[in-house]
Amino acid sequence: MRLSARIAAAATALVLAGPAVTACAPATSGAGATADAKTGTLRVWLFQEVDNAPKEKVVQQAVSAFTASHKGVKVTVDYIPVETRAPRIKAAFNDPASAPDVIEYGNTDTAGYVKDGGLADVSREFTAWQDAKDTDPAAKESVTVDGKIYGAPLFVGVRALYYRTDVFRDLGIAVPTTQAELVAAAKRIRAARPELYGLAVGGAYTYGALPFIWAAGGELAAKKDGTYTAAIDSARARQGIAAYTGLFGDDNCPAAKCARMGGNDTVTAFASGKAAMAIGGDFNHQAVEAGAVRGKYAVVPLPGLGKGEIAPAFAGGNNIGVLKSTTHRTLAVDLMKELAGKKTQRGLFDAMGFLPTYGDVRAEAAARKPYAAPFVKTLEAGAKFVPATPGWGTIDASLVLPTMFQEIVSGRKDVGAAAGAAARKMDEAFRK
Amino acid sequence: MSTARTGSRRAGGWTPWLYLAPALIVLGGLLVYPLYQLGLISFLEYTQAQVSGGEPTSFQGLANYAALFGDGQFWQVLLATVLFAAACVLGTLAVGCALALLLTRIRALPRLALMLAGLGAWATPAVTGSTVWMFLFDPDLGPVNKVLVRLGLTGFQDYSWTYGRYSAFALVLLEVVWCSFPFVMVTVYAGIRAVPGEVLEAAELDGASQWRVWRSVLAPMLRPILVVVTIQSVIWDFKVFTQIYVMTGGGGIAGQNLVLNVYAYQKAFASSQYSLGSAIGVVMLLILLAVTLGYLRLLRRQGEEL
Repeated sequence: MRLSARIAAAATALVLAGPAVTACAPATSGAGATADAKTGTLRVWLFQEVDNAPKEKVVQQAVSAFTASHKGVKVTVDYIPVETRAPRIKAAFNDPASAPDVIEYGNTDTAGYVKDGGLADVSREFTAWQDAKDTDPAAKESVTVDGKIYGAPLFVGVRALYYRTDVFRDLGIAVPTTQAELVAAAKRIRAARPELYGLAVGGAYTYGALPFIWAAGGELAAKKDGTYTAAIDSARARQGIAAYTGLFGDDNCPAAKCARMGGNDTVTAFASGKAAMAIGGDFNHQAVEAGAVRGKYAVVPLPGLGKGEIAPAFAGGNNIGVLKSTTHRTLAVDLMKELAGKKTQRGLFDAMGFLPTYGDVRAEAAARKPYAAPFVKTLEAGAKFVPATPGWGTIDASLVLPTMFQEIVSGRKDVGAAAGAAARKMDEAFRK
Repeated sequence: MSTARTGSRRAGGWTPWLYLAPALIVLGGLLVYPLYQLGLISFLEYTQAQVSGGEPTSFQGLANYAALFGDGQFWQVLLATVLFAAACVLGTLAVGCALALLLTRIRALPRLALMLAGLGAWATPAVTGSTVWMFLFDPDLGPVNKVLVRLGLTGFQDYSWTYGRYSAFALVLLEVVWCSFPFVMVTVYAGIRAVPGEVLEAAELDGASQWRVWRSVLAPMLRPILVVVTIQSVIWDFKVFTQIYVMTGGGGIAGQNLVLNVYAYQKAFASSQYSLGSAIGVVMLLILLAVTLGYLRLLRRQGEEL
């Protein structure tokens, strides 16, 4: 009897295991929610910054203002580390039950997140919103996909030229006003001070390299009838690529060290006093201030080809978006407006140095804090954005451009061959 | 399924299956089901858009495999992975066996020291180990370059180990051998200890050299152990990820140091092409199975039962 009881138990276990195995198709979560509750808890994910306390304070004020005007609503804010944002946000799209209602996201991710079906279309609310009238065009473009708006810009980030005032003074070098002067200055400094990089550049520093391509009149891709084609191998783009990769070498930034550097590495090199110049963002200001070069540097817009021209910078930055899966859509959109509104952006600029996305707020901010002036000037000269298509996410993640720069600076391929290969890979990604 | 087929036999016929059932269910849940999913996903179009419901999932047949095999980079990476893994396995086995022999010949105190050093390397998490090695070999601040320069090798002033393809692979190889030889050393040492002393004594009385004793006495007697550590090493070294990812910054300058696992990660997770990543996973699985089965067959044919 005992034996048969065991047999029965084992057989039951087999039967029970059956359904688990038959659930065989890979998971796909349902898209969109239908509920729109007017009370309850809203969950927010924001990025964790290096020095997060001032950001938390500004956000806390915005949240308090929001809960004061919305009865019966609670808001919980989580700060997620920037490095782990990609898997986290993907996981949130996959599992609506544990997903937040409102997220902060990098503006290059917009098109990808929209294709993933993660972000809610807020075109109607955005257009009716008073603050949004002053949103600058580049920032608005970064939340727009196929004419629809998927969030509110939170801040913009642009890069400009950081340089060492003491080194320039000691060597009697004038602040460069053209790209040719920039290259000459970098090489002169390296020759006189071999322990310094003239201009710190990185083979994996895409956003430091793009201004060179744009300054030469090149483009990453051309849009025609709604589809993108790579333009990175055009004659003008190749000229820009050659200008950037020409900065790698023993006469400025040795390829053996600089080929693998990314943006942060070049800024770190500058902040620690190992480079006389670097291309850094307004968001790097605090890191440089905390470094060894404090009080010995200044910032100017990165010069373009002609005298007085500014090389177009990449308009980076973050947006605030509402998840499609939220069950509190109206509330979530209201909270988005509060978090990305003029008042919060003003606070974030004072606390964190994040450049506002509203023309008027930004002008007023630059007047208050002079260090922001070169960045604002760069933005006003016309910043550019990467192709607003999900393919860009793939191109970015599969390191197409860093591979191209590294192939050239390590001497594996010439500019034409490397750019051609990159263009093929980009076209493949755009087609998907 | 088995119950239905064996139902007509006498009761005793399927009792063993029932006893095996709990283990089989656990194995099925933990091994077969994920493998099944891996295989299934490799036949679908399954990117982030499908996972989060933005676009419907569609069956692609062998399209993912065709894309993979049509990609010249895949073949380069595959070749690099095979050669790199082979070098790592040989290095690990050579160092591990040599040190195991050494362990049997030295006094207790140095033996303890060597054991502790080995266990320390073994216990170090791969990320930590890789980071420490990167620091040791740093072009500007690393002690290794400083020592080499002081020894008169001035070419190593500011030498970047990760810039050249082969020097970067060599550096990672050293780290992989360093963190995986202790397993071989400890296992082989235990095996040598189990070899009867008389056998070794007899060999010595016959005047056999050290090499001869290893070649003709120890290695054949340790064959089962060596088989296990070799297969383990092949599997580990073929699947190397952390060391390459950390030490060469995600695959080296222009992807020169990519190995299959890092390549799969780039495809599957960084660019969210889960189906292509799964296809790479399936290919890796098949290669590892083939290597293991081939190796076992080879041993069988030599007339040795394991």
